[in-house]
Amino acid sequence: MSENKIKNGEQDAKSEELIDFAVTARKYKTLLTTKYKERKPWVNPNPYDIQSSIPGTIIKILVKEKQIVKEGEPILILEAMKMQNRIEMPFTARIKKINVSEGEKIPKEFLMIELAPADEK
Amino acid sequence: MTLKKNVEALRQKKAIVEKGGGDKAIEKQVAMGKLPARERILALLDPDSFHEYDLFVEHEERNFGMDNKALPGDGVITGTGTINGAPICIYAQDFTVMGGSLGLKHARKITKIMDHALKMKIPCIGINDSGGARIQEGIGALAGYGEIFYRNTMASGVIPQISVILGPCAGGAVYSPALTDFVFVVENISKMFITGPNVIETVLGEKISQENLGGARVHAEITGNAHFYALSEKECFEQIKTLVSLIPHSNEEKAARIEPKKPRFKKKIENIIPSDPKQPYDVRDVISALADDSKFLEVHELWAPNIVVGFGRMNGETVGFVANQPLYLAGVLDCDASDKAARFIRFCDAFNIPIITLEDMPGYLPGVDQEHAGVIRHGAKVLYAYSEATVPKMTVILRKAYGGGYIAMNSRHLGADFMFAWPGAEIAVMGPEGAANIIFRKEIMEAEDEDAMRQQKVKEYIEKFANPYVAASKGYIDAVIEPQETRELLLHALEVSKNKDDHRPAKKHGIPPF
Repeated sequence: MSENKIKNGEQDAKSEELIDFAVTARKYKTLLTTKYKERKPWVNPNPYDIQSSIPGTIIKILVKEKQIVKEGEPILILEAMKMQNRIEMPFTARIKKINVSEGEKIPKEFLMIELAPADEK
Repeated sequence: MTLKKNVEALRQKKAIVEKGGGDKAIEKQVAMGKLPARERILALLDPDSFHEYDLFVEHEERNFGMDNKALPGDGVITGTGTINGAPICIYAQDFTVMGGSLGLKHARKITKIMDHALKMKIPCIGINDSGGARIQEGIGALAGYGEIFYRNTMASGVIPQISVILGPCAGGAVYSPALTDFVFVVENISKMFITGPNVIETVLGEKISQENLGGARVHAEITGNAHFYALSEKECFEQIKTLVSLIPHSNEEKAARIEPKKPRFKKKIENIIPSDPKQPYDVRDVISALADDSKFLEVHELWAPNIVVGFGRMNGETVGFVANQPLYLAGVLDCDASDKAARFIRFCDAFNIPIITLEDMPGYLPGVDQEHAGVIRHGAKVLYAYSEATVPKMTVILRKAYGGGYIAMNSRHLGADFMFAWPGAEIAVMGPEGAANIIFRKEIMEAEDEDAMRQQKVKEYIEKFANPYVAASKGYIDAVIEPQETRELLLHALEVSKNKDDHRPAKKHGIPPF
């Protein structure tokens, strides 16, 4: 902004752009920032979803769909930043669906494998 | 005559080196919409004030065919000059010379002028336009960067340091600007990133343009890495000149005083702020109504606009304004706004600039993203910066001052020298609705008409507590004032604070929650 700009109190926000914005119990009329509008809403993590914590390439898939895999067993090798990361089973469960293939490049937070309880058919 | 011949030879030698990368490279530079390095310096400094040093410095690299490669000035121009009469040190990387790449000698020219600035106690301005490290020089280039960063850190808080990004500034090169006090960017010209689009695509498969990754707008609005954003180099230079006129040469001085002028702002200050605390207004209007000549140089205008920071003058002397901005996000504090305010407060404190805080804020921004981004750690920076500051500190509570926000915004408890409040100010632990819901929960729940009871209790709470008089009765507010008195009182407060002498316990340095 130039140092000389004087608005003399003219409202620069058109009233129709103002939204109701709740901070605690009261709602305020205000504008949102681009960054606020583009923020990611929080999603509760589903323990049955195996997501990538870093972007990279799937080097090897060590399990098959419908297979029951024990806690701690390796299921995938994900290469990221020149390191081969072994992705392990978080708990004993059945492999419900594999959403990646070997050689595939994936972004961060990509749903690589979906699990199901071991006793579920 | 020999001397005449010698002078002629010198002139020829200079003319060759001053051409930088030569006509073709300069043409290319201009075609990209950029000024050549030398012209940039001349456009920024007072006419005929620039004096160049180290014009004949040459690199000493012998590998990769560099031994027979001449690089005029080693790709950077350094010197001293004045801006509106104020002395400064300056360097400008010359993109026409091997892409402005940084080799050891290039870096040593920069560190030499930085050392000079620090010794002479004058500001240092760096114009960045470089493809990055000169790969042929290997570790020499890295050493060069490191030596610059070290000096940026040594000079921090001693002399003002200004970075102007007028081209690419990528990889390690970005950390010098990041260590300086103010970063200027220009639309379509500035590009800053740690890893560029090519690397990101190769490693992660994410495709993004340079502009979207680290263009001027991104750094001015999203990352906050840039403090000033301009649409042209010319506008950018005007911004720098204005800034330099408002800040001192070093931490041992005060910014130059100018003849004071009354605010030009026409609207009455008491009519700017709606009495309904839910309605917004532009707090910059309040600053216009208070500042000399209604002039205000806003820092970080686009980033975290829910808080406004910048420089103005009161009675001809520079002050820093920190103001909550109800127009954006209701004026809450969040991670970005906290970082923005804390950094600005620390600059003002380091350079003897009094701080005027204008408060109207409902609290902190609620949200999982904020909590997980560390709003505790970020918010604490504001407390730290205000508490640590020993310059004169005054606060005017315009409307709302709730809870943690009341404490954070330069409250008496953090060492404010003067606390003023307008008569409509609501100083309370939280908004009346929330407070009434908790305190009178039982009465409200047991009432036949819950809503009516709630409204009655909210009203009671506002009358009893959401006003400035409870705080004033305890001496936390020094004076409840009429809005139209604000400027006069602030001028007076500044006047009587001139010899403020405040000390902090001796220590090597504090450990703020960076």
